[in-house]
Amino acid sequence: MATVFIPALLRKLTGGKDRTSATGATLRELINDLDRQFPGFRDRVVEHGDLAGSVAVSINGEVITGGLAEPVPTDSEIHFVPAIAGG
Amino acid sequence: MATQEAKFKVIGTRPIRHDGVDKVTGRARYGADINLPGLLHGKVLRSPHAHARIKSIDVSAAAALPGVKAVITSADFPKLKSGVVPLGELAMNPLYMSMNLLAHDKVLYDGHAVAAVAATSPHIAEEAVKLIKVEYEVLPHVQDVRSAMKEDAPILLPDVRTSGAPEKSDKQTNIASQVRFARGDLDVGFKAADIVVEREFNTAMVHQGYIEPHNAVAQYNADGQATIWTSTQGAFTARDQCGLVLGIPASSIKVVPAEIGGGFGGKIPIYLEPLALLLSKKSGKPVKLVMSRGEVLRATGPTPGSHIRVKMGANKAGKITAAQVWMAYEAGAFPGSPVGAGCMTILAPYDLENLQIDGFDVLVNKPKTAAYRAPGATNAAMGAETVIDELAEKLGIDPLEFRRINGAKEGTAQPAGPKYLRIGYLETVEAAKNSAHYKSPLPKVSGKLVGRGVASGFWFNAGFQSSATVNINTDGTANVVTGSPDIGGSRASCAMIAAEVLGLKAEEVHPVVADTESIGHTDMTGGSRVTFATGYAVYEAAQDAVNQLKQRAATLWKAKPEEVVFQDGVVSRTTNGQESMSLKELAGKLPRAGGPVGGRASVNPRGVGPAFATHVVDVAVDPETGKVDILRYTATQDVGKAVHPSYVEGQMQGAVAQGVGWALNEEYFYDEKGTLRNAGFLDYRVPTCLDLPMIETILIEVPNPGHPIGIRGVGEVPIVPPPAAIANAIYRAVGVRMTELPMSPPKVAKAVLEKK
Repeated sequence: MATVFIPALLRKLTGGKDRTSATGATLRELINDLDRQFPGFRDRVVEHGDLAGSVAVSINGEVITGGLAEPVPTDSEIHFVPAIAGG
Repeated sequence: MATQEAKFKVIGTRPIRHDGVDKVTGRARYGADINLPGLLHGKVLRSPHAHARIKSIDVSAAAALPGVKAVITSADFPKLKSGVVPLGELAMNPLYMSMNLLAHDKVLYDGHAVAAVAATSPHIAEEAVKLIKVEYEVLPHVQDVRSAMKEDAPILLPDVRTSGAPEKSDKQTNIASQVRFARGDLDVGFKAADIVVEREFNTAMVHQGYIEPHNAVAQYNADGQATIWTSTQGAFTARDQCGLVLGIPASSIKVVPAEIGGGFGGKIPIYLEPLALLLSKKSGKPVKLVMSRGEVLRATGPTPGSHIRVKMGANKAGKITAAQVWMAYEAGAFPGSPVGAGCMTILAPYDLENLQIDGFDVLVNKPKTAAYRAPGATNAAMGAETVIDELAEKLGIDPLEFRRINGAKEGTAQPAGPKYLRIGYLETVEAAKNSAHYKSPLPKVSGKLVGRGVASGFWFNAGFQSSATVNINTDGTANVVTGSPDIGGSRASCAMIAAEVLGLKAEEVHPVVADTESIGHTDMTGGSRVTFATGYAVYEAAQDAVNQLKQRAATLWKAKPEEVVFQDGVVSRTTNGQESMSLKELAGKLPRAGGPVGGRASVNPRGVGPAFATHVVDVAVDPETGKVDILRYTATQDVGKAVHPSYVEGQMQGAVAQGVGWALNEEYFYDEKGTLRNAGFLDYRVPTCLDLPMIETILIEVPNPGHPIGIRGVGEVPIVPPPAAIANAIYRAVGVRMTELPMSPPKVAKAVLEKK
């Protein structure tokens, strides 16, 4: 079971909860579980069948590169954060 | 992966850069140096209005001018749909990109491109653009974020809705996106504070100020294949953007990255490349476009001005109890300011329990902003780091000690949530505290008031995709091929990494920056990622070459590959210590041992190590004129493992120089009509060597555990602290808290007068 930290502007979907537990062997499965718990969640982070271009995901402090297929280790801490490139 | 104990023979030394002679002798070929048979010269017609509807464009007179071979307008671009498309490391809206390249139905800023001409000489092209008749209906414009956010503000893009907003709305708006980070309880935090400081800040739009203007040469062939030579931070990125916006396969375009005279983020977007390509397609000839300095300033991608409010509370022990930030950044004419990065960086050096950060990306009638060294973070630091200085002062705590008390370390949650892995922020604070500079008394300057300021900064750094090949030459030297345009000395660092693995000298490895058909996909040079990620690919490619060399030696010795070891440029057989060969000897025998050796690797690495910096600056302020002189400047930084320390120092010094300009002089100055009035280096004043002392650097090497050599990006974070550090120094000198950038002489003089 992973701990997912809910982005502040999505907490309306979660009734104000700033974190929740979710299951899924991959990020796709995890987001599906979040969407089941909080309908509408998936649409806020997924576009065209992939992670939205404006969204990055950190698992245990590291920004992932595998997109929705990224494996999610048990007991992970997961954050959805803005995608950043740089100059 | 990296170990503190790793011993290097090449990494950490200071060889002469491989491209140095070409650059100092003028032999290096930049984009504008490219000439081809039959070359035409292009010129772009630009909007004189900040906001206007284009009623009509008549190009007939221009097209009829002798020597003119092609004229294009937005009608020559394919019709594109609005929507965000992932493009490697970037997410882009092809419609907006197209609208920025040549205005569609509206011009949205002074300098917005409207049409382009190709002619047999630059002078004819210049004459021709003057003959293009554009009928405009001038519209009200808005250039300030707070005005642009108002309900009755002129709307720039009717289809924009606030992305990220908690509630969906169908209302037209200039607020393109919204972001928030929040945790803990602000009320509880502020109640626990013994002191609260709240201030508002305004920072001006500034430009990266790279010396070399944008340029592009394009040749479109009748078979549908095209070649573009251009000054770009990413050949593949430029190719993909061109393909997207022109509606043609990216693979039909070859982009050859020319030598680049600075980018700092501003040469990631494309401006001239598709225009040159369309003009070439229309004329059947190669076409060159080169911007003037005025065009660079008016119509490329500066970094946003911003309005920032910071409220922070701290207790008597010096612990920050709560922090609240509100920030609005100028996106320019199309969405995409770095406000998200600003929000994620503004409090990143600190361990905070209660915080809320709100950010807004706001459309204004100014050029579409682009990345500029740690985009978004410098504006943000000006707010937080000066408020922190004020808290420390009011609590009677040394400002560096205050930062040490609150500083983030491994395991600290970032403002955005994720916990830091191994970082070196506190080490930068300690290094600043222990520096000769901080321990020395302030110098005295006759007739001027002196002060010392400090500030810290954070930048994420990036990974992304890179490819590299390492080919062994017949004489035992090596060539390293990458796809990363070299802006800050990355040829040298890539060659040194290969040399380290292969047991060669740095001079025995020849680094090459290849075009898009000669190397695997490589994302842009940006995000301080090249030495980290492309260096990672080089490391892996060199290891691949070593494995092949071991196989070849095994073939010669009729041994098993696992019986062969490679160390310090020598292969030897473990089961028979008598048999060994240097790489040079083995290279000559490769034809009889299985053939040439070429290592290759393509990576998309994780393990990015973020960077922190803490700076100390002494200033002298003339209380009569308000002029601020930098007397002494020391930059400390966690640089991971410094591959070539001179280039790390160079990055730090260059970034500080830019930060000083941002702090004291640079600003886009628009008149009431929305016209940029200082579109040249005489009036847009960047610092010169006469304005700066030697920037002292202290490199702190906290190896990044996510990289085989311990590398962290180094190029961006040193631009983050300077404006705040200088503002804090000005306060210590004259007793006024500056809250606007630039802190130019009139503003400082006014503030001093008002205090009196």
